[in-house]
Amino acid sequence: MITSAAVRKGLYALYFVAFFLYLFAPLAIMGAAAFNESRFPTVVPWQGTTLTWFQELSRDTAMWQALWTSILIAVCVVLVVVPVGTAAALVLTSLHARARGVAYAVMVSPLLTPGVVIGIATLILWRQVGVGGGLFLIVVAQSSYIACYVMLMVVARLQRFDRTQEEAALSLGASRVMVFRRVLLPFLAPTLIAAGFLAVLQSIENYNTTLFVRGFDTPLTVYIATKVRTGLTPAVNALALIMIAVTILGAVVYEVLRRREIRRRRSVSAH
Amino acid sequence: MGELYDRFGPALSTGFVALVLMWLAGMVLAPNLMMIDYALRPNLTPSEIGTAADGYTLSNILYFFGEDVHLAIFFKTVWASTLVAAVTLVVCYPLAFWLAQTATRGQTALVLLALTIPFWINEVLRTLAWYIILAFRGPLNELLLATGLIEAPMRWYGDGGVLAGMVYAFILFMLFPVYNAIESLERAQIEAARDLGASTVRIHARIVIPHAKAGIATGCVFTFMLAAGTYVAPALLGAPGSRWFTQIIYNWFFEGGDWNRGAAYALVLLVLCLAVVLVSLRVARVSLADVAR
Repeated sequence: MITSAAVRKGLYALYFVAFFLYLFAPLAIMGAAAFNESRFPTVVPWQGTTLTWFQELSRDTAMWQALWTSILIAVCVVLVVVPVGTAAALVLTSLHARARGVAYAVMVSPLLTPGVVIGIATLILWRQVGVGGGLFLIVVAQSSYIACYVMLMVVARLQRFDRTQEEAALSLGASRVMVFRRVLLPFLAPTLIAAGFLAVLQSIENYNTTLFVRGFDTPLTVYIATKVRTGLTPAVNALALIMIAVTILGAVVYEVLRRREIRRRRSVSAH
Repeated sequence: MGELYDRFGPALSTGFVALVLMWLAGMVLAPNLMMIDYALRPNLTPSEIGTAADGYTLSNILYFFGEDVHLAIFFKTVWASTLVAAVTLVVCYPLAFWLAQTATRGQTALVLLALTIPFWINEVLRTLAWYIILAFRGPLNELLLATGLIEAPMRWYGDGGVLAGMVYAFILFMLFPVYNAIESLERAQIEAARDLGASTVRIHARIVIPHAKAGIATGCVFTFMLAAGTYVAPALLGAPGSRWFTQIIYNWFFEGGDWNRGAAYALVLLVLCLAVVLVSLRVARVSLADVAR
């Protein structure tokens, strides 16, 4: 006789297979299509294994231009959001209850604003002073919400900061600027690196906001989306596969660093 | 504010405050206020600026409410985004429960790591993957034809494709909050209920779901907001009959050339999202601080 527990287990197993198939099959199919000779990216019918599309990708100057644009934007975004997010976290934590609540609501509001609205609002504001869409506006629009992530990460880190360290440094004659540079900043450093990394990923992945403020510039996500409409070849899949590989590598490095940090913290607090 | 000056001295504090003001006033508040200003003004030719026509008006907003096609697309977007949130919740809930209550520590760590991989891959690529799968001569149709489930290839682009792609893109925004919420539930409570004879359905309805309410609300709010505000999935996976509200907004800006009307439409979207966020949080009694974690 089949017990209800066995049925439940079977259903759960089925659900698991379906869930992970749903999660990974699309990525696997997209990656595999990069090696198919077919002109339209697909895996059926398999017309022969080839590396042509990687060669075609390497010759695609527009793609390289788009990649360069994305990297340039990401670097600028990091340079804006890390200082801004850190300052916001420090200001926020020094406010008192009521003001803190209001400031917090304003600071996280970009996370609850649809991406297209952020792009539109930025575009409209800067039109008033004669600045049109382009690299500068992309950086401004993306930074306005990516700074939230940095702020949240720094706030979380600050909660574990022991203020007596600062007082000790002050009483030993350090200036306030020096205390900040030598005590607080080194304490925040791992979080700032992680936040910078997250900011790069967020910036490169953004599409909805960027679309409205891009002007005549074409970052990578816009380039890929345009390709879909103007003629998709497996060269885009080759690009996708490379991006997936790089992101997985980045994600693993990020995870390893984060875990090492957690372990270190645990061993410190155990003493 | 005094505390900030005491702690960092005048030079650093001024720098911090300046940065924060630049962000909040210059990059968050001013753009939104200017968007509202735009939404409330008519679209004028240069010669009309400064004349009697140059004043505040509700005509752009009223135009939206009088335009049946746009209204229909707006309500379809609201309804479809709600559906995306609901489907995503149904898809994620069993896994979240298993991760939080049944799995061993090692299993949880492994699965969470596996889940973060698609999460790190950008939205355009995730949608592109679905574009390839759902193509008319694509793998999904071939598979269904080969297994005899369908007789002729189907056109998946359209509402169905958009739904599949969106659920796929936002799955983790639902999974993590729900998982975190269920994780804080004591296993003993579930065991006690089971020992007392409660059925599985009853345990979930009376214990797990009420306990995880905040997480579920957070996940739904985020998924709804992302779905209503995205441009990628409808643009790539949609069909002419499945237009999304963001596409209408885009057209006002880059094809219709009427930014004022576009701003009014964007304002409608923003108000919708804020209303959904605030009402859901109020209903589920979640504070903003819990959402942004």
